[in-house]
Amino acid sequence: MTSSVQEIRARVGRRRGAVLAGVLAAVLVVTIVSLSLGDYAIGPAELWRTLLGGGDRLQSYVVFQVRAPRLVMALLVGAALGAAGALLQSLLRNPLASPDLLGISAGSGAAAVFGILILGLTGPLLAIAAFAGGLVVAAFLLLAGSRRADGGFRLILAGVGVAFLCVAVTNYLMVRAKVELAQAALIWLTGSLASTPWWNVAIVAGAVLLAVPAVVACARWLPLTQMGAATAASLGVPPSTVRIVAVLAAVLLTSVTCAFVGPIAFIALCAPAIARPLLGHGAVGIGTSAAVGAFLLTSADLVAQFALPGYSLPVGVVTGAIGAVFLLWLLATSKGRQL
Amino acid sequence: MTPDSAPPRLSVRGLAAGYPGRRVIEDLDLDIAPGRITMIIGANACGKSTLLNVLARVNAPLAGGVELDGTDVASLSRRRFAQTVGLLPQHPTAPDGLTVAELVSRGRHPHRGVFQRWSAADTARVDDAMAKTGVAPLADRAVGDLSGGQRQRVWIAMALAQEPRILLLDEPTTFLDLSHQIEVLDLLRSLNRSDGTTIVVVLHELNLAARYADELVVMQAGRIVAHGAPADVLTSEVVARAFDLDALVIPDPLTSTPLVIPVPGGAHAAADEA
Repeated sequence: MTSSVQEIRARVGRRRGAVLAGVLAAVLVVTIVSLSLGDYAIGPAELWRTLLGGGDRLQSYVVFQVRAPRLVMALLVGAALGAAGALLQSLLRNPLASPDLLGISAGSGAAAVFGILILGLTGPLLAIAAFAGGLVVAAFLLLAGSRRADGGFRLILAGVGVAFLCVAVTNYLMVRAKVELAQAALIWLTGSLASTPWWNVAIVAGAVLLAVPAVVACARWLPLTQMGAATAASLGVPPSTVRIVAVLAAVLLTSVTCAFVGPIAFIALCAPAIARPLLGHGAVGIGTSAAVGAFLLTSADLVAQFALPGYSLPVGVVTGAIGAVFLLWLLATSKGRQL
Repeated sequence: MTPDSAPPRLSVRGLAAGYPGRRVIEDLDLDIAPGRITMIIGANACGKSTLLNVLARVNAPLAGGVELDGTDVASLSRRRFAQTVGLLPQHPTAPDGLTVAELVSRGRHPHRGVFQRWSAADTARVDDAMAKTGVAPLADRAVGDLSGGQRQRVWIAMALAQEPRILLLDEPTTFLDLSHQIEVLDLLRSLNRSDGTTIVVVLHELNLAARYADELVVMQAGRIVAHGAPADVLTSEVVARAFDLDALVIPDPLTSTPLVIPVPGGAHAAADEA
């Protein structure tokens, strides 16, 4: 007798594999387009030759020094935000949980603006400042939420409040700063991938790698905490550990990306909301959310660069506009499903 | 599963539990009868669920400890403990759309190492658990779409996939109609009789507890008032003390277990028994 359990598990596995492969294929297409398009267009054949080291100096410069760092940064940041959103949404079992709405992005942003304007930080120190800001918000949320086991909704309200507070701090710092500095900080605050040096990409990549073990552990644990804290505990997984590890990983992924490209809106909220229905069956879907996030941000950056002829938008403007529409659509169509 | 080996012993020594500043349980000792069905009864807020959660290691004791075969469970890894003791909590939740087969599969967690792939043995255990609870025909259904009675059997299957030698259940019959309550309790009894699984249940329904328990533990205000076979334990004095209720206790005409019949107007000042 063939086991129906085996069949169902195999079917679910096939579906998830197919979804992930499909999203990765879409990411690949956007990658190729991103490297080709621009003031200096490079055709597919030339692009391939350039990537293999056979391009002329100009082509190599455009691909490796201008477009590739920007693209890789978009891939990393998108994946990091997608994973962070999936972590928080599964942990709190709430589709509105995301680093933006929980105030983690705003906390990182306020700390980063403080670092830029007051302390003159750059590079890894700026990342550490942003991480610290995100941690302060997360610690506050954990304390506020720990008083009730099922604190998803209260936590989000608390996060929205904290976000306002952080924005107030940021605005205060901006008003007090010199105009040129404030101008630079404003572009950063909108979220921009323009003029990304490889050095910044390396720092973000390092932070993402640092988060990988925690994310892998959470991918194993979150399906259990979805069934309630007591169930998870009785299956050998202490819910308090899961909460701390998942939140720390989400803060790391959010804040470090935030330090270099600004608080990019809505990717963390949208990516899991797109990944989950594709995966189906109550999936946690961190990996697929990361892939969807990478796809969304690289696509949004293409739109930001080429939507208005001769004028490049900060990518945060595009994700904000798309994300706001998406959020409204989510609210209109959501049937209050339980994650 | 090794039914022939001696069933593990779960016991509690000098236990205090609850919340810092508000102890629900104070200085409690209890030995769970190995290989038997123990039911814990008592009025609301008497500490019976608190006790069960400490036994299941969901909550840590404030003082004293829980012992498994004489070893303090705090010194066991959570995974090792979960391989022996399973819990069906009062309000488990399932994500929408999750199929029964996948939910039950999650019960295998404590038996799978970090880098261990899902194995044929895991599938066999899940099949076995679903067969025993009669939910195999529901394998492909979404848990959220099932009736209360079906869902409860699915959760029991999840706990069985964990292969616990000791299974703890917190009010598994609440919100079920009477026929499904009987169905769940019959299922627990058959699991106990066939595999020798030690079963501990917190139950509200006194007469069903008396009928299905090998051992009754009666709690009141965080202490054990009486502990033993239902016929010895469930007397009108104990009911009066633990539930603040005047009741006649007669032998059940079908099973001769004690049958508690409340005297009309017999509830004293106990306003919290809604």
